[in-house]
Amino acid sequence: MQTPEEYELSRRGVLVGGAASVATVALVPAVAAGAATAPAATPTTKVSFKVNGADRELDLDTRVSLLDALREHLHLTGTKKGCDHGQCGACTVIVDGRRINSCLTLAVMHDGENITTIEGLGTPDRMHAMQDAFVEHDGYQCGYCTPGQICSAVAVLDEIRAGVPSHVTADLTAAPTVTAAELRERMSGNICRCGAYSNIIDAITGVAGAKA
Amino acid sequence: MKFDTPATTNPIDQMKVVGKPTNRIEGPLKTTGTATYAYEHHDVAANQAYGYVVGAAIAKGRIASMNLADAQAAPGVIAIVTADNAGKLDKGNFNTAKLLGGPAIDHYHQAIALVVAESFEQARAAASLVRVEYSRSKGSYDLAAALDTAITPPTVFGTAADTSVGDFATAFAATPVQLDARYTTPDHTHAMMEPHASIAAWDGDRLTLWTSNQMIAWSVGDMAKTLGIAKENIRLVSPYIGGGFGGKLFVRTDAVLAALGARAAGRPVKVALPRPLMINNTTHRPATIQRIRIGAAADGKITAIGHESWSGDLPGGGPETAVAQTRLLYAGANRMTAMRLAVLDLPEGNAMRAPGEAPGLMALEIAMDEMAEKLGMDPVAFRVLNDTQVDPEKPERPFSQRRLNECLQTGAEKFGWSKRGKPGATRDGRWLVGMGVAAAFRNNLNAKSAARVRLDKSGTVTVETDMTDIGTGSYTIIAQTAAEMMGVPLDKVVVRLGDSSFPVSAGSGGQWGANSSTAGVYAACAKLRDAVVQRLGLASDAVFADGKVKAGKRSFALGEAAAGGELVAEDMMEYGDLAEKFQQSTFGAHFVEVGVDAMTGEIRVRRMLAVCAAGRILNPKAARSQVIGAMTMGAGSALMEELAVDKRFGFFVNHDLAGYEVPVHADIPHQDVIFLEESDPTTSPMKAKGVGELGICGVAAAVANAVHNATGVRVRNYPVTLDKLLDKLPDSV
Amino acid sequence: MKSFTYERVDTPAAATAAFARTPGARFIAGGTNLLDLMKLEIETPPHLIDVSHIALDKIEATPEGGLRIGAMVRNTDLASDARVRRDYGLLTRALVAGASGQLRNKATTAGNLLQRTRCPYFYDTNQPCNKRKPGSGCAAIGGFNRLHAVVGASEACIATHPSDMAVAMRALDATVETVDAGGKARAIPIADFYRAPAKTPHLETVLAPGELITAVTLPRPVGGTHIYHKVRDRASYAFALISVGVIVQRDGTGRVALGGVGYKPWRVEGAEAALPRGARPVVDGLLAGAKTTHENAYKLPLVERTLAGVLAQAKG
Repeated sequence: MQTPEEYELSRRGVLVGGAASVATVALVPAVAAGAATAPAATPTTKVSFKVNGADRELDLDTRVSLLDALREHLHLTGTKKGCDHGQCGACTVIVDGRRINSCLTLAVMHDGENITTIEGLGTPDRMHAMQDAFVEHDGYQCGYCTPGQICSAVAVLDEIRAGVPSHVTADLTAAPTVTAAELRERMSGNICRCGAYSNIIDAITGVAGAKA
Repeated sequence: MKFDTPATTNPIDQMKVVGKPTNRIEGPLKTTGTATYAYEHHDVAANQAYGYVVGAAIAKGRIASMNLADAQAAPGVIAIVTADNAGKLDKGNFNTAKLLGGPAIDHYHQAIALVVAESFEQARAAASLVRVEYSRSKGSYDLAAALDTAITPPTVFGTAADTSVGDFATAFAATPVQLDARYTTPDHTHAMMEPHASIAAWDGDRLTLWTSNQMIAWSVGDMAKTLGIAKENIRLVSPYIGGGFGGKLFVRTDAVLAALGARAAGRPVKVALPRPLMINNTTHRPATIQRIRIGAAADGKITAIGHESWSGDLPGGGPETAVAQTRLLYAGANRMTAMRLAVLDLPEGNAMRAPGEAPGLMALEIAMDEMAEKLGMDPVAFRVLNDTQVDPEKPERPFSQRRLNECLQTGAEKFGWSKRGKPGATRDGRWLVGMGVAAAFRNNLNAKSAARVRLDKSGTVTVETDMTDIGTGSYTIIAQTAAEMMGVPLDKVVVRLGDSSFPVSAGSGGQWGANSSTAGVYAACAKLRDAVVQRLGLASDAVFADGKVKAGKRSFALGEAAAGGELVAEDMMEYGDLAEKFQQSTFGAHFVEVGVDAMTGEIRVRRMLAVCAAGRILNPKAARSQVIGAMTMGAGSALMEELAVDKRFGFFVNHDLAGYEVPVHADIPHQDVIFLEESDPTTSPMKAKGVGELGICGVAAAVANAVHNATGVRVRNYPVTLDKLLDKLPDSV
Repeated sequence: MKSFTYERVDTPAAATAAFARTPGARFIAGGTNLLDLMKLEIETPPHLIDVSHIALDKIEATPEGGLRIGAMVRNTDLASDARVRRDYGLLTRALVAGASGQLRNKATTAGNLLQRTRCPYFYDTNQPCNKRKPGSGCAAIGGFNRLHAVVGASEACIATHPSDMAVAMRALDATVETVDAGGKARAIPIADFYRAPAKTPHLETVLAPGELITAVTLPRPVGGTHIYHKVRDRASYAFALISVGVIVQRDGTGRVALGGVGYKPWRVEGAEAALPRGARPVVDGLLAGAKTTHENAYKLPLVERTLAGVLAQAKG
């Protein structure tokens, strides 16, 4: 077994700089794209889309995620940033009828599309049935994953209606049905660290039952 | 108001509003995305710039050089804060490591710079252009290897490192049935869904910080100390907190660097910790190695119980108090506990939901299961037999209430415990099925807590306190308390929380928040009632009900008392020595059924039940949510949660939400919770106790015990994963 | 994330032409892996070519009786297709075992094949990683490697390929169709698509720079019972510890492919003859020459036990 020092030395030139005791750790990858390091002007692109029914036009740094376009540019902060890497589901929105992680998509890639966020589902005065059900069943605690859970839940019921199969669908050639197991599997891309899962499934089941 | 004698009858006992399963009053905001979290206050300060944190790339050593030129020249960059240019900074009382490192580096991903730019994208890109050279020094990262160097730590939270009653060694040696086993629990991370985030704005030398923090007053103090400014010049606002679990008890990097960044940029700055940085940058629940020895007579009575725990932390840090519950949970004349602390150069260890008890019970409650097995006893019966109604270290000191046995017995009946088979004997198709039980135990803590209540002429009662709601239900139970006290319906109460301009509360931590903060509101409301009675010229025995105040034949709408101007009352609840006279604790029993795939060893939880005895339950709906959430986190710590330590480079490798797995929907079945009806007059006029941490205590052991019952395999090293079962499972389906 | 310029193209020819104009450019479709890596500056393209609007989003029958799946077909749509569910059940099973509903709604067929490893040292730019930074070393060897490869790895890299879909594609003998910068099309059997890490783990596929995947074709269905068993600690939304995909015929013959064990979906056709005799002889051939670390030796018995369970399940 190598000691950490030996380990570093064996990778001279990577973690170890000139002197053996001095480790340099580059914060940028070795392969730089292009020779020019001088900053150019930040590239921007115009994008138009509908958000919750309203036309929106933005001129954005190409790097802006759909999530940050909503939160930082349109001030629609109901959509949450939990991880920014597609690992938690807090940023779930519905684009052209499908739920996606808004953190892992560029705003400029959504030109002409139709985006629904939690604010578009309902307001405190006119709540969506799913929002109502979450309140009634206490399907949340801190509330941070909640908009993503609700957007996901609304889309999940549509997915089941559309016949999209899941990991727990027993017969792939039959239409899936609304069961607790189906809902749990399909909602698994929305993490709730407060652990409201049991209540969330009750809330969605209630809405599905009312619609059926 | 001082609470120094047990409560008698008071207005809360009416239980017209308190004790009802009311929906959360802030529910419509949270479910429509209109509750505003720390990073989302666009309207409070104009011209906000974005800060991005640079974390250290080594665990221990020094910054040899730092070149900011490329970063400074990058588009949009306004300022860069480093230890070099930040001015003199102190360290908060609640922080072990500095929140801005350099030149010395104390742990991996310790912040070493904040890059402030016009946009988030520009700040993030420029942050990667900060060029740093380090000189790495040798650190200690392996707890098991550091055991020999572990020291006896000073007393923490009233828990001495070593305790001893009777003669443990002699008694243990003499017992006919013995267990001597070693258990390990890994490092855990809070992984709350909202990353630590702050917006800082300066107005001259006055700082306002919109942040995500559980303990407002502590954090005002630590911000003041860190920055070297007067507390009075800091306002901290934290109305909604996207989860904390102990990870937001203290000021963290985001807050300090937002303040420094805003000062350097000359405009407001917002900072959120990137998720991949959070785990090593912030605090975590430290790993433990525990040795438990239990000796019992052949009839199952424990005569000797010993619990030792080793954990590590940065220099100046403290131990994980994993032996705490063992001093109180079971009878036994001869007892010892010991804690040892090693220096580890990993990120800072600190409180996470039920610090001490959570990892302590993960071990102790497996040990109890093992002892029951050795004795040939049912694990429920074994625990019931060893109940104690007094503090085992001080038999003259009773528990204020202790219904552990009732929790166990009620749970056993509801769960169908009698159907539990012998280890490895129950099959359901490809699944091996087993049941497990564990006791839950967590002390009740009270902390002084103040509130201000206002009554206006419309009869609306507004409560202001710096209490926080981290998902616990504080808004709602405080509203219920004020409604009960003032005799108004819930919709006539407005609750304003999480602002340091409000009276100082107990805050959210250690499951002390619910009882303590509502007791503070009780005190303030009692004062407001006096003011109302006085203003209306009524006798002091006036009745507050249905929006009215009545005394004898006279009756007024409550708002009439404020007809001539708003009535305001403020008070603080303080505590005498009842917690010394009585051991105040909360109790529960967890029952879990698991299925283990006979071939792959995959473990899935099939059923969960908790029975809790935790004083008066102020809102059964919110309290139930606290418990099921804690059960979920407990299932995670049983089956998947582990920060993987790179023992060469000294950091947690799986530092994001893909690498550090927490339970998802598919891991958690329907959960049942039963609260035993009780109220504890020794805790406060609310007669309540905490429940948010009780819920996690023992869960993991109940899961591990269920896995043992399913498979016959005893795993003593968490998490219980399939690779630890595989070679002991049946050879065919 | 480094700055980049962005353009949207509508045809494969426009895509490859755009690449020729902008060295270092990357194609982006679903973006769920590329943007993840760009945020961490593991990928730093100066230009993104948005190929998601190219009309390669159809699933069509081939004259040979198989299916031609457009490169841009989303994972959800591929999993939901009635023909896939009926005739290529393994593919649907593998797809729905991966990621989350949200990610499957964005992720494309081509992008899924091109996913990069989830090795945590690859993801941490402070750490040595030969895949991310050639020549810098492999921190996973001797580090946290419970999830890492047991076959096909090298001294330079022990990362695994994370795709579930690719495991099914391998068992189904899929072919990857591409067009290169010169407009030339070619068909690459999936067995030849991934490159072994050897001394160059940063080179992951046989695709040339600027070569665009246009489709993945499946030969005519082979029938049989299709089972995909993905083994993970968490019940969903997690990468595989290992996975086993099988197609088993009535006579006990069939195919086996594994996920989570190597740099590519792992299949050894020569080992499959042993299928009627049970899991052990198959695994002996499949994992011949396996090399485990101090943390991942469990994968060998796990593969065997999972396969045994799957074969028992196939028998009904």
